[in-house]
Amino acid sequence: MDYSDLRRQAAYMKKSLFDQGYLDEQFYQLEDLQDDVSPNFVEEVVTLFFKDSSRLLSNIEQALEKNSPDFQKLDSLTHQLKGSTSSIGALKVKNECTLLREYCNKENLDGCFRTFQKVKREHAILRQKLEAYFQLLRQIGPAEGASRPVI
Amino acid sequence: MTVEEKRGIMGREEGPGDNFPVGMRVLAVDDDPICLKVLETLLIRCQYNVTTTNQAIKALNMLRENKDKFDLVISDVHMPDMDGFKLLELVGLEMDLPVIMLSANGETKAVMKGITHGACDYLLKPVRIEELKNIWQHVVRRRKFDRKERRSLDNGEDCEKLQAANSEGTQATDANGPVNDNGKVNRKRKEQNDEDEDDYEEDTHESEDPSSQKKPRVVWSVELHRKFVAAVNQLGVEKAVPKRILDIMNVDKLTRENVASHLQKYRLYLKRLSAVASQHANMAAALGGRDTSYLHMGSFNGFTNFHGLTPFQPSGVSNRTNPKLPGLPGLAPGMVQIGQTRHSTNIPMNDLSKFQHIAVPVNQHENLFQGIPTSLELDHLQQKQKGINELNNHLQGVFSGASNSNLICATNKSLLLQGHHQQTQLREIGNQPPVAIRSTGVDRLEMGSVVSAHLPDLSKCSETWQNTPSLNVYGVNSLSTGVPYNDDSMISSNMGTSLASTVAQLHGNPLNMSSKNLLVTTQDSLIRRDMQCQTSSLGGTTLLMSSGIADPKFLSFKSSGNVEQKSNDPKQQQNALGPNMAFSSSCNSTLSNQTLLNNVAETQRLKNRIYNKKMDTIMINQPSLDTAFITQYAKTDKSHCDNRLTFCEDNMFGSSKMQGDFVSNNCNFDDLMNSTIKPERDDIGFVVDGELGSDLFSLSTCL
Repeated sequence: MDYSDLRRQAAYMKKSLFDQGYLDEQFYQLEDLQDDVSPNFVEEVVTLFFKDSSRLLSNIEQALEKNSPDFQKLDSLTHQLKGSTSSIGALKVKNECTLLREYCNKENLDGCFRTFQKVKREHAILRQKLEAYFQLLRQIGPAEGASRPVI
Repeated sequence: MTVEEKRGIMGREEGPGDNFPVGMRVLAVDDDPICLKVLETLLIRCQYNVTTTNQAIKALNMLRENKDKFDLVISDVHMPDMDGFKLLELVGLEMDLPVIMLSANGETKAVMKGITHGACDYLLKPVRIEELKNIWQHVVRRRKFDRKERRSLDNGEDCEKLQAANSEGTQATDANGPVNDNGKVNRKRKEQNDEDEDDYEEDTHESEDPSSQKKPRVVWSVELHRKFVAAVNQLGVEKAVPKRILDIMNVDKLTRENVASHLQKYRLYLKRLSAVASQHANMAAALGGRDTSYLHMGSFNGFTNFHGLTPFQPSGVSNRTNPKLPGLPGLAPGMVQIGQTRHSTNIPMNDLSKFQHIAVPVNQHENLFQGIPTSLELDHLQQKQKGINELNNHLQGVFSGASNSNLICATNKSLLLQGHHQQTQLREIGNQPPVAIRSTGVDRLEMGSVVSAHLPDLSKCSETWQNTPSLNVYGVNSLSTGVPYNDDSMISSNMGTSLASTVAQLHGNPLNMSSKNLLVTTQDSLIRRDMQCQTSSLGGTTLLMSSGIADPKFLSFKSSGNVEQKSNDPKQQQNALGPNMAFSSSCNSTLSNQTLLNNVAETQRLKNRIYNKKMDTIMINQPSLDTAFITQYAKTDKSHCDNRLTFCEDNMFGSSKMQGDFVSNNCNFDDLMNSTIKPERDDIGFVVDGELGSDLFSLSTCL
């Protein structure tokens, strides 16, 4: 198998994710934590993230659809989402969350709706990209996939 | 919850041993699974021994089960089952472990809140490993100072005096008081105990494991703390020294060192409260308060808020017959000072050690204020209150995790009850420092203070209650002390309504009813009637207080869950206020009640033309099944002049503080004081819903 090619592809993918602002420094930190003991750490965390954040997103959606939305609750949910996104380094999603929070604070329902759509979109895009990325990594194989050795 | 023991089981003996910080035992709490997982991995990477949980309650249980199991706690601020700040305070108080806060919110005020609540550090998410690599220093620092403190205290009472002097000197200076004071005290101790340095060093050398020198941790249970506070009160906060406290407390196996370190914390706590109160006072001044007495209120406020663990000082209080009103630390002096120079009773502000704790579950404090006519200066009041609220926000550190009741009196002759906007603040978990604004008319006490305890998360509370029966949380109640004068009927009816609705609300939460004490005080007969109707439906205990009743006959305490209502003649024209209280506490907190009543009665007798209304509300959450409980102390003091009070522009209000320990809902206690115009009589109705006098610690024993 042409691992070098795949590896190059993976590296390129990752780089573009960073360049385009989908991921930030925190993602590197996660990769740093991956080692022999937890060889799939990053993928596990990312999977966990998408699972949990999907739940949060649907909660936010529900909250927004209410007749008289509870902005406090919205704010709290968004805060949680923001916390998760920052933990994995999902930069774009995080930024949209920040915006959403601001609209919540101002109780601007319109703004909330619009921003929320953006959050969802960024979330979906990131998910796609990361899934592709991890798929590639899996092809390369765990030994090759581990990005950096434990210091 | 996972236990990571990558480095093997590090027994307690190792602690900060040779390998430290390797193997330091950290408890990580965060409801966000991603953050928790990342944090756990980071901590493991730092070679710590990590235990994780996503529930604060579980964390508390783990900590309580064995205090020496962990060296450090890292906790998220924003958690659904319990406020991180509450957890922080509880851990700090009960277990004396260093706690690091974690949050995605890096605003200064949030960080400030964390620090003033006693966090060793405040980290921002996403956490970086570099930061985590250094957290062990907090453990060492705390151990070192604790030991030193014990040693220095061993050496004499000079330290205490020094500390007291320190405290006094630095009291009410700034919100950073506690931190600074602690530093100062420590420094002084260091200076004083230079000669001990060598001994200390030797000790550490002799035993390579300082942790082995650690004395078994004392659990400051509610009972114990109560005794402690009583002893301190008896001696006088400033004069209390560990040895004497220990003698008075007369508890087996309690060492002087334990008392000493607890005393230090207690003092810091008080200072914090007074610092906040003083800030409030300043705020009040800014708002137009002419009276400088609010400063006293501030200090008073400080006392009423004790870290959730001291519900009351029964023994100390009941013994007081002098002007010192137990449990109403600030009230007495405050009341005296409320624009009044003629108070003969001079209750030293320092005598704040008395707390009246009334646990008040509050459901909808908002309702309490709905009916209240705020025609006059409503906006004005609101603005003022907003200002105060903001101030409160900034001074959150004063109150440990609980909600504070902010009493804001700012009305010019109008009856204003503004609890509504307070409610928005309720959301904030955290303390709202009580705002004591005093204004004074010459001989008039403006009082119509409405204390509204706001439950920041009333809605949450309800939900929580329904969803998690095990978690007993209730917000503080709202005390509405509207003093209806001209608008008596209107107000009373409003209050009655609100009370009724409040009660109904309470009623609607059966989960908490069993352990709830409802304190309802109402001046107005109408209100009272309503309350009676409503409270009777409550399973909890209700305390009805009506002002204007001079005799303490209403004081009746029952230790069962009866609801007793007494209504006093609403037409009391007496100057003294006699709260009409029927209080039954399922938690045998008769003492607190008694204290409250005593205080009220006493106060009333003290002044003929001045009414002191004190509302001590302490909310104690009694977890029916859970370990979470909230203790909220709310005190509202209202003193007002005689019937012909003209309410001045500034209202004085007592501060009610809510000390909540753990509450899934953070209840902030808002006390709003209303001043009314042309009071015909000094009817002050206030409603306090909530747990009365539940012994917090007894609750904890249920856990």
